[in-house]
Amino acid sequence: MSVIGILLILLKTISVVAVFLIHVMFVQYFERKAIGHMQSRLGPMRVGWHGILQPIADSIKLFFKEDIIPASSDKPIFYIAPIIGVIAAVSSLAVIPLWEGFSIANLNVGILYILALSSVGAYSVILGGWASNSKYSFLGGLRSSAQVISYEISMGLSLVGVMMMAGSTNLSDIVSAQDGRWFVIPQIIGFTVFFISALAETNRVPFDLPEAETELVSGFATEYSGMRWALFFMAEYAGMFVMSALAVVCFFGGWSGPGFWIFAYVPPVIWFLIKVYGFIFLYFWIRATLPRYRYDQLMRLGWKIFIPVALANIVITGVVKILWK
Amino acid sequence: MPGTYIPSDYLPVAIIIIFAALVGLGAVVAGILVRPRRPYAQKLYAYESGNPPVGEPRQKFSVKFYIIAMLFVVFDVEAVFLYPWAVAYDKLGIFGFVEMMLFIFILLIGYVYVWKKGAFEWE
Repeated sequence: MSVIGILLILLKTISVVAVFLIHVMFVQYFERKAIGHMQSRLGPMRVGWHGILQPIADSIKLFFKEDIIPASSDKPIFYIAPIIGVIAAVSSLAVIPLWEGFSIANLNVGILYILALSSVGAYSVILGGWASNSKYSFLGGLRSSAQVISYEISMGLSLVGVMMMAGSTNLSDIVSAQDGRWFVIPQIIGFTVFFISALAETNRVPFDLPEAETELVSGFATEYSGMRWALFFMAEYAGMFVMSALAVVCFFGGWSGPGFWIFAYVPPVIWFLIKVYGFIFLYFWIRATLPRYRYDQLMRLGWKIFIPVALANIVITGVVKILWK
Repeated sequence: MPGTYIPSDYLPVAIIIIFAALVGLGAVVAGILVRPRRPYAQKLYAYESGNPPVGEPRQKFSVKFYIIAMLFVVFDVEAVFLYPWAVAYDKLGIFGFVEMMLFIFILLIGYVYVWKKGAFEWE
């Protein structure tokens, strides 16, 4: 590969990640506004027009905050845990096709790559909770590990139906295979299992047990402050984007939009973003609506309901595909 | 250049991982110059509602879900077996379908067994 090729990849990577991080920054404004209005509040209003500059103010504040490292913590692991989270969440972006033929790395193992990195992301929470050497953090980390072993499998199994229908794990191929017939309709069971597992995977309400601010102070992040805490936060929101993007790609036709009238002139990436933000909004809506699960309830849900349902979905997909031919 | 094979599909992955690491490290390291650093003993306590921490957090702790953690390994490997099968499903035809149904069936026997043994229950 030539130097120019490498430079091109570098440019592509930097621009996509930069735009992505701006989205991650502003999505928390969107969250506060959305939840605020759902609870008959206004949300942030002071910084800029309707509080639009709030995320920038928050970022500056966090940047200047003291980085407190508890004396009893495991220093090296405490340092790197949030960075692992950011690496896992941001590099998942590499395989997401934003429009036809555009992804940073067009891997044939796209789905596996994202699933693998999301498992690595869970390590940042577990390691952070362990290294803090505080009781709240420890319980948070422990709960995170319980969550990982309950949801990883059903999440992986729920996507098998999509792979069977598309005959590929390459995300661009999956989008092309849908071609107007979104997989959400034949794979509605798979989609339901996937989306609920994705909520658990990203530690969002109703599965935000590792953080659980009403019982564990701030869970795994109790001892973290300033920029390190911000990195955990960034990783969580980036993870939400990645999971939403995966849901859009696998079940909602990726970048494709309605191809008639003026809609045909809207760039595909806009359709992609609209769908992703639809999912992000759903995350917030669920957060404003549902209470938190207890972690044995969560494990029961994962093991006793989702795994058999996801397996049944695979069998049904297989039977239907055989009969269809 | 002969002998210097670069898997070009995976080069962007390497680049984005390095770049993400730089973003994470950069955010923490750049702040060293501007953020205050005034540690004292009380501030460096692990948080315990404002009191000095009592006892060690890393005591013997009963992890009740350790059986599930072992089952997780089994089922995760099962999921890994399903992926290549799913991708090649159209080419395998009825034979592949029956094979995998047998595989899932055998697994289900084990699943029902651990369920009946009460591995998913705890107080």
